[in-house]
Amino acid sequence: MPEVVVIGGGPAGMAAALAAHRRGARVVLIEASDDVGGQYWRHLPAARATADEHELHHGWNRFQTFRNALRDIEVVCDGHVWSVDRRDGRPPRVHVLVGPADGQRREARTFEPDALVIATGAHERTLPFPGWDLPGVYTAGAAQALAKGERVAVGRNVLVAGSGPFLLPVVSSLIRTGARVAGVLEAAGPVQLARGWGSKPWRLAKAGAKGAELAGYVRDLARHRVPYRTGRAVVAAHGTDRVESVTISRLDGNWSPIPGTDSRIAVDAVCVSHGFVPRSELAIAAGCRATNGIVDVDGNQLTSVPGVFSAGELTGIGGVDLALAEGEIAGAAAAGYAPPPAAARARDTFREFAKRLETAHGIRPGWQSWVDDSTLVCRCEDVTAGELRATAAMTGTRGLRSLKLTTRAGLGICQGRTCGRAVEELAAGPAGLLDAGRTAHRPIATPVRLGELASLREDPS
Amino acid sequence: MSIRIEVDGQPVEAEEGQTIAGVLLSQGRVSWRRSAKTGKARGIFCGIGVCFDCLVVVNGLRDVRACQRRAADGDRVDFQEAAAGDRGESQEAAAGDQSGNRFQGSDVDA
Repeated sequence: MPEVVVIGGGPAGMAAALAAHRRGARVVLIEASDDVGGQYWRHLPAARATADEHELHHGWNRFQTFRNALRDIEVVCDGHVWSVDRRDGRPPRVHVLVGPADGQRREARTFEPDALVIATGAHERTLPFPGWDLPGVYTAGAAQALAKGERVAVGRNVLVAGSGPFLLPVVSSLIRTGARVAGVLEAAGPVQLARGWGSKPWRLAKAGAKGAELAGYVRDLARHRVPYRTGRAVVAAHGTDRVESVTISRLDGNWSPIPGTDSRIAVDAVCVSHGFVPRSELAIAAGCRATNGIVDVDGNQLTSVPGVFSAGELTGIGGVDLALAEGEIAGAAAAGYAPPPAAARARDTFREFAKRLETAHGIRPGWQSWVDDSTLVCRCEDVTAGELRATAAMTGTRGLRSLKLTTRAGLGICQGRTCGRAVEELAAGPAGLLDAGRTAHRPIATPVRLGELASLREDPS
Repeated sequence: MSIRIEVDGQPVEAEEGQTIAGVLLSQGRVSWRRSAKTGKARGIFCGIGVCFDCLVVVNGLRDVRACQRRAADGDRVDFQEAAAGDRGESQEAAAGDQSGNRFQGSDVDA
């Protein structure tokens, strides 16, 4: 009976764990938080469970079915995978600390699986703008997590901005937790949106469930008279020690602000997200090949490393339906079976959806023109765009590593998760960087206290 | 069920299952830390454990992500890297580095 370890208890990881379990594998599912569900099905903890939980979720019953089925599987909650050791020709050894996030004296566990599924998901990408580090400026995901997981609204008068359909469920969650949503600003303009969503629209019909979900969010916008405007962005946030107002601007097709179109509105919170970044550090540490931050997989969701599979946002940002299909295929393949045909068909449908998503809402380079030299880029180490640009110009380097070491951008405690992509794009001259993608390399995947590290026993093997 | 914790020296009622970030936001706080170099205010940004903006000291152990840690009855939460105006004077000694083991890894660069 092969042992399959799945890292990540979101939709892709749950689907993978169940698919492998149903095909006879011994499965261990490792999840960093204290329950499964991932960001998509983030919910109140058991101690605060409410009867109306389903109102904040799409497909809540589907999640319940998954969670019930997981009862026969070993699920390691509060399991923090902090490193993987590569082994020749087989999946890496997986090192886990089990206990509260950022705790101490947690239990160390090591797995040597026959097959490994990495389904660590993604986090949001927020493009920097002047004032984006003011308290009261949140990622859209923070608003979502605090609404779903805490029932707290991040403000009373909230503007939602950025790009992509994910902004819409955030609006619905804010409304349901009592906030007034002043509006939604989508950076993509009508031309970009039409290029993604308007071509071959009959093919979208196959992704019908997705359409129904989005239609629900749009109804919320209409019912609460929340204006939705395209081709616009928050280009600055203002306030002392917390956001008090924002400047919004119209954008051209390249996402450069159009001069003379600025206006200022008062808000007490603003939620900004421009898409997602795969959480790829463990896949990279395992040696998996990636292209532009997306882990390469074949039709079985197999990565470039024997016995290592990947599924979900890590292999391309595509949402829950794609994650579930890929997870099922990865789990089946990890247990030694061919992709289930229905899952393979769903994967094709939702990959098409993902492609449209990127065309319609993908970041355009004009954003750099709203980042003036005083704009903070690296929040941990307080590095401005001006310092980055000046260092790149002064040294003439095309090496990201030396730019990072000189400016300290991306070297702070978040390890470049928040600013990495922005640093790379701002630092890249016309000739490009020699070592693009380096900001995603984090051999130690989650912070470990020195005391814990010191107390780990040497592996007998 | 309601629990009792101490935030910056003051007793606070919270609900079991709330994260420390949830408790702090419910109190109306939006920031509780200062950035290292320029002293800019920091609170919650990503809400999912990615940005590390929301670090607090929990029961003497520093560098705990407030958004990732559920409040437990009796927890003592202090603020780290806070500016003088951010907290009552009596707390100045409390938030020091009592754990003696800060995160390593901030200079790891593969």
